[in-house]
Amino acid sequence: MDFQEKLHEFQQYIDAEEKIEPKDWMPEDYRTHNIRQISQHAHSEVIGMQPEGKWITRAPTLRAKKILLAKIQDEGGHGLYLYSAAETLGISRDEMIAQLHEGKAKYSSVFNYPTLNWADIGAIGWLVDGAAVTNQLSLRRTSFGPYSRAMLRICNEESFHQRQGYEIMLKMAKGSPEQHEMAQDALNRWWWPALMMFGPHDNQSSRTTKGMLWKIKRASNDELRQRFIDKTVPQAVFLGLKIPDPKLRWNEATGHYDTGEINWEEFNQVIHGDGPCNRERMAHHKNVHAEGAWVREAAAAYAARQE
Amino acid sequence: MNNTQGPVWEVFTQKKSGAPYQHAGSVHAFDKEMALENARDLYARRDKPSGLWVVPASEIVAVSPGDAAPFFDPSDDKVYRHPTFYEVPEGVQNL
Repeated sequence: MDFQEKLHEFQQYIDAEEKIEPKDWMPEDYRTHNIRQISQHAHSEVIGMQPEGKWITRAPTLRAKKILLAKIQDEGGHGLYLYSAAETLGISRDEMIAQLHEGKAKYSSVFNYPTLNWADIGAIGWLVDGAAVTNQLSLRRTSFGPYSRAMLRICNEESFHQRQGYEIMLKMAKGSPEQHEMAQDALNRWWWPALMMFGPHDNQSSRTTKGMLWKIKRASNDELRQRFIDKTVPQAVFLGLKIPDPKLRWNEATGHYDTGEINWEEFNQVIHGDGPCNRERMAHHKNVHAEGAWVREAAAAYAARQE
Repeated sequence: MNNTQGPVWEVFTQKKSGAPYQHAGSVHAFDKEMALENARDLYARRDKPSGLWVVPASEIVAVSPGDAAPFFDPSDDKVYRHPTFYEVPEGVQNL
């Protein structure tokens, strides 16, 4: 069978909603597209531990500290599910980490913003995890089997993350005037970066077409972003907080919220390494990786001696 | 007594495309190909699965049942890992 015939069969298989497993034939582009997307997703989970990690020692109560620790541990776990799924495609963990360190693999731009007050931890759970879950619910139906199964596990675990975030927001928004102000400040700073998580507009996104054709992506960036906005705005209203978008209004005709435009200049700046915390995040990851090298070396040396 | 059956292989089947692989049972076989065929003949006679794995049983590492309780202990006492721990106020949706 020649390549075109194989490709045709592959497409038919995907169109029939069948899942591709690691040992199945797949076009090289399908493999690299998945490796890029899954490893980027994994890196985002792991780098995402940093902004929240800053608040473990400063959590206001023991209860809050335990919850935050459990949540951050989950994010690390989600990164590992995803690295494992990517590894089934023939890339090694070491290669993926090297790509991250060399800047060849990206992670979500949202984690390059600082966490300045305790309400930021609420805003991350509510908005950042809320946006991530919107994307991940859709990705449960992705065409690559191991990625799809990882998404199912992650979505099941993620629902507590969003709720704990909203709980923090609720406590602060309904607390003292100062607390309310901190909650509003956190929303002001996290709203737009959360919307940027869905990526460029559909007509600007070069990768959307093939990703959708192969059902790696199941909904477009703009579709998912709108879904997130529609469910989140009423939650902000309940908190008594104001979404920082003067153009936001309900559109009776479309049945969706209309919004102002995202600052794409800022998006591009942060994506290309110039956000408020890019350097700090990457330096920290490299440091921790280097500091842990002796553990990996010792484990390998011990295993070699056992043989 | 001589082993005339070959090593044991654990068999995992996938019910439908994309579903997780589940343990079905085991077979004896002398090589990978024979293991796959024996597993097919034994565990896939009806309800055609979409996938089949065989793994040498000697390669599987397991927690012994006696150790299970202390081994898994820390996973049960953190109620705040479950979404039901958090109260969602009436009127808030999609959370």
